Amino acid sequence: MYDKGKIIGGLAIFLCLASFPVWYMAASGKADYRPNPVLPASENQCVESAQYMREYHMQLMQQWRDQSVRQGDSVYISSDNRTFDINLTGTCLKCHSSKTDFCDRCHNYTGTAPNCWDCHNVPPLNAPPQGTQ
Amino acid sequence: MSNMNIDRRSFLKLTALGLVALAAKPALDLISKPSAASALNGPAPGGRLVMVVNLNACTSPDGCIDCIAACHRVHNVPDIGNRKEDIRWLWDVSYDQAFPDQEDRFVAEPLHDRRVLVLCNHCDNPPCVKVCPTQATWRRDDGIVMMDYHRCIGCRYCMAACPYGSRSFNWRDPRPYIKTVDNSYPTRTKGVVEKCNFCQERLAEGLQPACVEACSNGALTFGYLKPGTEVYKLISSQFNLRRKDELGTRPQVYYLP
Repeated sequence: MYDKGKIIGGLAIFLCLASFPVWYMAASGKADYRPNPVLPASENQCVESAQYMREYHMQLMQQWRDQSVRQGDSVYISSDNRTFDINLTGTCLKCHSSKTDFCDRCHNYTGTAPNCWDCHNVPPLNAPPQGTQ
Repeated sequence: MSNMNIDRRSFLKLTALGLVALAAKPALDLISKPSAASALNGPAPGGRLVMVVNLNACTSPDGCIDCIAACHRVHNVPDIGNRKEDIRWLWDVSYDQAFPDQEDRFVAEPLHDRRVLVLCNHCDNPPCVKVCPTQATWRRDDGIVMMDYHRCIGCRYCMAACPYGSRSFNWRDPRPYIKTVDNSYPTRTKGVVEKCNFCQERLAEGLQPACVEACSNGALTFGYLKPGTEVYKLISSQFNLRRKDELGTRPQVYYLP
């Protein structure tokens, strides 16, 4: 093989550069960074189980949206038969009172930009959210 | 399944159990339904929702805007301050603007100075619904022509189709133009069309529309159009007008001149 040194050297340099983000993060200690959203202290059970909410909260919220807006039925009955008013500001934010410390933590980490808050209101902290939508 | 035989006694027992289960189901459903679920959820209990505006009782010529202020406050309607970009759910116009086809020197004379309160007519045959390419606007069973801002793509076909100018487009983010945001109702965002929703969010809580509640002159009446209701009595007992009825939209806001 001609130019063995150059080829292998070039490949090595390429691999180093390509894997730079991985080992840089590992070296800087940020590789095991977790967004750690702040959970409400007052409640220990969300609408559904924590695992389900973690994986499917977006589908659940779309179901809430369609049920409430399209079908005009704003009562959600959870799998363990508790009832909730379908209301992003009034129900979700009642417990998860800080959008910055809860929603944004993971969304920023995963680079997700949901547009819920373009219309739905985020009440200022300390002011209890109220109302219907 | 070696023995499919069943004696008379167990047959009767099973039948009785089945009947009990059948009877228990609706009863259980009734109990488990939360009280918050209003009569407006699901099919309409009868008739459709209409609004009656009594032009003689309305004091808008004297500058009263109680209903407009209440509506725009509870729905976070912005005050852009620029006529081209105005967002309006409920507003007043002159008689000839409201009823161009009724503009007649003698018939309309006593009404000429009247300001006429106008809003979405929640038509029985809504042209806006027909043209919406995403079904972001649709007509509910109770007659409310609803908007789903989640689905609106801002094409404004509905605005072109509506003969009443009842729809407004958000040319910019409305939030900076809302004096006090009421957190109980969402704002809108740039690029969606909005209009009066007959206060469906208040109806679901058993309240009257905000404009009806705010009017101290009793000029606005709202309810199901079916025999016996107040709106039915009002519009079946006297001459009334509807805006541009001849277009075939079958508007459901009735005006008592």
